[in-house]
Amino acid sequence: MADPKIRIENLYKVFGPNPERAIGLVRDGISKQDLLDEHGHVLGVRNISLDMPGQSIQVVMGLSGSGKSTLIRHINRLIEPTAGSVIVDGQNVLEMSNKELRDFRRNRASMVFQSFALMPHRTVVQNIAYGLTIQGLDDDEIKRRVARWIERIELAGYEDHYPGHLSGGMQQRVGIGRALATDADILLMDEAFSALDPLIRYDMQSVLLDLQAELKKTIMFITHDLDEALRIGDSIAILRDGEIVQQGDPQSIVLHPVDDYVADFVKDINRGKVIKVGTIMRPPTDEAEGPAVDADTLLEDVARLMANERSGWARVIEASGQVVGVVSTADVMASMVRRANNGGAAKVAQ
Amino acid sequence: MPSWLTDIPQLDRTTLVGLRRSLDQAYRSFSREFGDDIEAFFEPLLFFLVWFEKLLVNAPWWAVLIGVCLIVWALTRSWKLIAGVIVAFLLIGFFGMWEDTMRTMAIITVCTLISIVLGVPIGIVMARSNRVQMVMIPILDVMQTMPAFVYLIPVVMLLGIGKVPGVIAVVIYAIPPVIRLTNLGIRLVDKEVLEAADAFGASPWQRLVGVQVPLAMPTIMAGVNQTIMMALAMVVIAAMIGVRGLGQPVLQSITNQYFTQGLLNGLAIVALAIVFDRVSQAYGRRIQKHRRGVIHG
Repeated sequence: MADPKIRIENLYKVFGPNPERAIGLVRDGISKQDLLDEHGHVLGVRNISLDMPGQSIQVVMGLSGSGKSTLIRHINRLIEPTAGSVIVDGQNVLEMSNKELRDFRRNRASMVFQSFALMPHRTVVQNIAYGLTIQGLDDDEIKRRVARWIERIELAGYEDHYPGHLSGGMQQRVGIGRALATDADILLMDEAFSALDPLIRYDMQSVLLDLQAELKKTIMFITHDLDEALRIGDSIAILRDGEIVQQGDPQSIVLHPVDDYVADFVKDINRGKVIKVGTIMRPPTDEAEGPAVDADTLLEDVARLMANERSGWARVIEASGQVVGVVSTADVMASMVRRANNGGAAKVAQ
Repeated sequence: MPSWLTDIPQLDRTTLVGLRRSLDQAYRSFSREFGDDIEAFFEPLLFFLVWFEKLLVNAPWWAVLIGVCLIVWALTRSWKLIAGVIVAFLLIGFFGMWEDTMRTMAIITVCTLISIVLGVPIGIVMARSNRVQMVMIPILDVMQTMPAFVYLIPVVMLLGIGKVPGVIAVVIYAIPPVIRLTNLGIRLVDKEVLEAADAFGASPWQRLVGVQVPLAMPTIMAGVNQTIMMALAMVVIAAMIGVRGLGQPVLQSITNQYFTQGLLNGLAIVALAIVFDRVSQAYGRRIQKHRRGVIHG
């Protein structure tokens, strides 16, 4: 496999008066709470290694205090790590001079913030142009590029409004426009949609997925919302107390949680929207009839098709038309509901 | 009972007198040595002051009034303010205080400009370094609480009486608010917006000019406003060391018990203060366009 676009290696961050001393304790495995109570240092992240392939969305998920916002700020070095390295396109971000770092931030990695962090004294147009102004482009070029993004993120008519006059969803559109306008191929999104209400949030996720289908950026997306993570992540890393507890694609996290912490996270999600039919199919049999679907179809869609056709089976086919597997109604139902624990089974039996 | 319990320990008289005498002596020889150089240093300032004062005094009254109205319009776009300015200046002229008012306006304008040019950068440096702030705050406290007469003494010893020492005294008294509020304004700028500027690769200068100063502007303007008010309050004290203007008739009225003359000139100072205050505040509000209008939830 080619080198990853971004490689994070053995990253540690300890906040406090003397992180160099405290990091020894962290390496020896002191708990986050003990580090705080007994040594007065706060653990940010502990021994994080993560490879991000280019042109995909890496979601980092965790509850507040899990270190996810700290982690994302290491990639553009808004936070200096205590130990470890962050390598982008083969170059260690932590060894860059101030000037190299500024160029990196101007041209190669841009960021979207939870609280939008727009400049209140600049209009929508001026905000989107911010990164380009910093790059020092001439006015005509800036105007041309900004006009394109205004169109693309549907802010036409609001060019001369100030951010304070816009709704949250619109403000974050501006935030996204500002980040995309620089043409950086890395996009860092720190809980970008967490401050929005659910409907708008869903909307913005669609905006992001549409843009991504077209632009193919390398995106790190931080969230505390599992539904959001499963919807947009090509790959998900779950963080707890500064450590990665599990990483993998959405399906594997739902199907094989490594521990109770992750299992607890995934217990209430709609599995039909995550699990793909290819994962649960059984070998083809000749007598199976029913709708043909490809292996990446979500169970929910398979179930809908089978219900429409009143069919007990569905066939999974390859692009060539060859049947590679089949699933029954019972298979689909069993996979869509959570595997019951003993208590649940007993209740059914009574 | 030992004597130090009944009487506070005290230097004996001869030591105290000797101390005072040697300090005064040292300062006097310093001012003999460098007085001329320092005066030469302030030469351009004096030149500008004299030129500006002459300009205001010698220009026909209507030309000055039109000029003031144009400036007020450019800064505030408010007809109401312009009407107020015209009434105030006509009344001042009507009661025979036009020339003194022009002199006072000249010196206040110059003092305010000097305060801004020195004060804003000092405030910015203070905001960037906690150590500088730690050093500056007690100095500012002293500048604001030390009776103005006390620091008039060394200024007069060094430069004699006249316009330049007057300006220095007024600036020392009036500059603290603009320094303090520039410092405060920049420190209060939203950390998240600053982080965004960093994330997009802004250089320290781009950060300062593009984000910190514009967002601190309302607070800085409040400081400028306070500075103008304090400069006006110093007019009478500055008159004691030979600064001509509305302060001198007031001083004269105190010694001669001319109540009406004192009151009229005092009112002229008040009128100037109101004009400066309203104009600087209206300007401060006008540059904050983004704060106006509805805020959606």
